Amino acid sequence: MLDDFMVRAALAGLGVMLAAAPLGCFVVWRRMAFFGAATAHAAVLGVALSLALSMSVFAGVLAVSLLMAISVTLLSHRGYAMDTLLGVMAHSSLAFGLVAVSFLSDVRIDLMAYLFGDILAVGRTDLGIIWSGSLLVLGLTLWRWQPLLLATVSEELAHAEGYDPRRESLVLTVALAIVVAVAIKVVGVLLIAALLIIPAATARPFSATPERMAIIAAGLGIVSVLGGLWGSWNLDTPTGPTIVCVAAILFALLNTIARFERGRSSD
Amino acid sequence: MALSGPIMANPQHPLIEATGVNVHIGGRQVLQDIELSLSAGEIVTVVGPNGSGKSTLLRALIGAIPVSSGRVSRGPGLRVGYVPQRLHIDPTLPLTVGRFLNLPRRHGRHAIDQALARAGIPGRAGAAMSALSGGQFQRALMARALLDEPDLLMLDEASQGLDQTGTADFYRQLEEIRDQLGCGILMVSHDLHVVMRAADRVICLNHHICCQGHPEAVTAAPEYRALFGTDDEEALAIFRHDPHKHPHDHPREDNHAG
Repeated sequence: MLDDFMVRAALAGLGVMLAAAPLGCFVVWRRMAFFGAATAHAAVLGVALSLALSMSVFAGVLAVSLLMAISVTLLSHRGYAMDTLLGVMAHSSLAFGLVAVSFLSDVRIDLMAYLFGDILAVGRTDLGIIWSGSLLVLGLTLWRWQPLLLATVSEELAHAEGYDPRRESLVLTVALAIVVAVAIKVVGVLLIAALLIIPAATARPFSATPERMAIIAAGLGIVSVLGGLWGSWNLDTPTGPTIVCVAAILFALLNTIARFERGRSSD
Repeated sequence: MALSGPIMANPQHPLIEATGVNVHIGGRQVLQDIELSLSAGEIVTVVGPNGSGKSTLLRALIGAIPVSSGRVSRGPGLRVGYVPQRLHIDPTLPLTVGRFLNLPRRHGRHAIDQALARAGIPGRAGAAMSALSGGQFQRALMARALLDEPDLLMLDEASQGLDQTGTADFYRQLEEIRDQLGCGILMVSHDLHVVMRAADRVICLNHHICCQGHPEAVTAAPEYRALFGTDDEEALAIFRHDPHKHPHDHPREDNHAG
């Protein structure tokens, strides 16, 4: 079964969504959308470094994303505005990454594959990496769910209960870096943030509790992956962007319906 | 009084103690040489003008703000129920009242319903936190703080959003809670009038502790008068429950045995 590239692609997409959906909810709740995008952009530098050092792309991307995410978290306590810091660091590392890639003339690399992903080229090893990374992130998120949620509602309440909100946000930072590293093959650095944010945002109007929102987001993410694969097969379009298009169409459709329903119930 | 728990069994040990605490925020000294200790069964109110460091003091005590020097020691296993001054829940986060009360420890449906009924918002477990009025929201915060029967209850301007009757009831309720749980209560308020009645001890704060003691003694202290000016005459009058001077006060306040 794993010999079929479409099956591998579907499994890769599902694996990523399993981790990205609950994590994406925290990204939305904590207003970290730009943080997610910035961490993903920094991954291009990781791609360049791992190709130059001929090491695993996964390891290189993970290292650079982690470095980026942790240094932004630490620097933001020193009086810089978070979005300014992210703007400086994310775009610098993207630019350095693109320049570094141009030096690697002896290695023929398809930059497009890293910018937009290449889910149809996912091999068995990639699949193993994607699923181990995703399960690790899912496990981390579930393990820290209650304290993370409390720290998201109020850092003070978390302190009063004896938790350290900075440690909890470090957990999120590490989880985010892992998701970026595993999702790069699926949708590419430019669209990873979309997988985190769009399903969570779509799920919001249909959720009364945080848990429901995470479960609905995962469902929507899975529908987007399968719909995107089907669409790109039939329309002969790039797969990663097609997955994100399906997620965006779901967002528009379901939000319109939610608005309509709310308008009707308030009459 | 029946006291429970390992901390309660040892009344001579303070629940929480600050020794020589200094706090700087952004290079500015907000708290200076704070010496404070609070025991089980005590209601202590911190009063002070705006920007005097009252909320900072509470945050430093729970560890949300690092102290630049000095020490905050909590009793071992101290359970703190904290009611913050305000809580902003992001509109993207769906949260029912029941779910909020289950943070970070889950409780049975029955315990949640009971806590909400006690707090004066019965049957609201399924309501969204964002659908509550200011007063109901404050009650939900209080219900959550009391769920685990805290050893120490900390309230930061907890009467915000309550009307005059609500505020009076609220402080009366604090005494009941103290008597039931045997916990210590540390609160911050500008609400001088009512606070003065409920507290066993008042701490007058203006970056450092100006004076502290029994409410009546503190209101007579020159340091207190320097901070609160003419306000104190009014506060003192109400503390003494003079109904003729303030006929507009809620009549229920007069029931208090003076």
